[in-house]
Amino acid sequence: MIEANAVYVLVLRELIKFFRAKSRLITTLARPLIWLFLIGGGMSRLVSPGIGVDYMQFIFPGILGMTILFSSIFSAISIIWDKEFGLMKGILVAPVSRFSIVIGKALSGTIVSALQAVIILLLFPFLGIKLSLMSFLYVIVICLLLSFAISTLGIVIATFYESFESFSVIMNFIVMPMFFLSGAMYPVNKLPVILKVISQINPLTYGVDALKHAMLKGSDLIDFSVATDIAVLVFCSVVFTVTAGIIFERKK
Amino acid sequence: MSIIKVENLSKQFGAVKAINNVSIEVEEGTIFGFLGPNGAGKSTTINILCTLLSPTSGKATIAGYDCIRDSSMVRKAIGIVFQDPTLDKELTAYENMMLHAYLYNVKRSEIKDRIHDALRFVDLYERKDDVVKKFSGGMKRRLEVARGLIHRPRILFLDEPTLGLDPQSRANLWDFITELPAKHKVTVFMTTHYMDEAEVCDRISIIDNGSIIATGTPDELKKTVGGDVIYIKTSDNDKAKTEIQELFDIDVSEKNDELFLTTLRGDSCIPEIIKTIGEKVLSVRLQRPTLNDVFIKMTGKQIRDEEVSSTYTMKEDIRAYRRRFDRG
Repeated sequence: MIEANAVYVLVLRELIKFFRAKSRLITTLARPLIWLFLIGGGMSRLVSPGIGVDYMQFIFPGILGMTILFSSIFSAISIIWDKEFGLMKGILVAPVSRFSIVIGKALSGTIVSALQAVIILLLFPFLGIKLSLMSFLYVIVICLLLSFAISTLGIVIATFYESFESFSVIMNFIVMPMFFLSGAMYPVNKLPVILKVISQINPLTYGVDALKHAMLKGSDLIDFSVATDIAVLVFCSVVFTVTAGIIFERKK
Repeated sequence: MSIIKVENLSKQFGAVKAINNVSIEVEEGTIFGFLGPNGAGKSTTINILCTLLSPTSGKATIAGYDCIRDSSMVRKAIGIVFQDPTLDKELTAYENMMLHAYLYNVKRSEIKDRIHDALRFVDLYERKDDVVKKFSGGMKRRLEVARGLIHRPRILFLDEPTLGLDPQSRANLWDFITELPAKHKVTVFMTTHYMDEAEVCDRISIIDNGSIIATGTPDELKKTVGGDVIYIKTSDNDKAKTEIQELFDIDVSEKNDELFLTTLRGDSCIPEIIKTIGEKVLSVRLQRPTLNDVFIKMTGKQIRDEEVSSTYTMKEDIRAYRRRFDRG
């Protein structure tokens, strides 16, 4: 059972904190901008001729994916903070189902990171990308779906850690490889076989691919169909939500 | 009626028995004190009662609901103030209360009034829009107690409520806790390792190394250590000594120019002593046994020297076990 009140207040809490900590918004927006303009700008002369499109345009969907990846994972692993500072204990003794807690946390992450992705998305005219209104709305939907999938994945990861010392482990061994092997920086089909296989089990790959459909129309840099992308994201969301709920429910 | 009933509860973490055959009964509307040194098993017991842990064996019911099977009914019936603060420091006092009110499904139309009432009750109404990280330790604790009461629970658990507070905040908090049963119709279940604070309890159980070693009212427990000690200073100790010995037919000893005797009814002995040796008395004082004396007698050790006791290592073992096995 999912309690609407509990989900609502968990989302509200996250939004209050998000808008109160203005510096967090600025730092999370700074990272994708740095990648887009410093890496993208620097690499474009080198790479563009080889892949047939402007490199900045090519990585733009990946930069949106990156914004979502970092923001969703950060938001989800705030559960580890909550555990360390005891707040989670206060939530766990309340008469709400564990699924409500997972959904509440996942939706908080989803809203916060989709919001940031949309702010970055507004740069598209400056990069020479053309989006119809329908494509724009499609991108927002994909951002929401991808944010939810990554947030629930983050919650599953967070259930395995008790303290924040593990933060750098999560960053270096989960988040960074996920980013690099998602087709964000280079086309998946040009990767060596082993890396290609890994990138195909990475949910972010499908989110980035779905975004490429809207932004790199007709290029051969798209790997899967829209239906596959969406199906994988929905499937991952369900699996991660259920897994997180079960782990939370299990008593010691 | 017993609102909390615990029967033969045991919990094992790996090879460590955190609690062993613990049985407790708490009457509705009373203050129950659960005393013991750090690591004795108090928090483990509370965690089982508030459905965060499942026991290895035994049974616990709260307000008639089984803590394992009917955990969501139990959660509705209880409010908890944990040993470590569980407030969101980035949120205001009001927002912290609101978070809880929603989690406990308080009617939306009532939330605001209830929060304002609760904040007035703990004297924090003026600070309701301040972020909690600006609060002192005592204010945070009071806020947590207010939060624990927001859904009108029938039982309030307080795990070491005064830990880390200065003496004045501690006294304020106790005044406030002792009012709870009458003002809020709530039964209080509290743990503490400050023995003097347990005096306010209606009943007490003392736990050590995971087992309950004594249960009773504070007076009953204090009687088990052998009664009151009367100290008398007189102008002629030798003569007074013989006179008192004849009067009560008990041994009177002398130490530092002061006579002292142990008796069960110290308060009623003093008038008799004064009648007999009145003109010689310079000063009289009565020392009653404290719960600390009870604890020392029961366990053979001071409650606070836990650093060297075996219970300390037991706590470490449990922590190590938790790090390895329970992630969730």
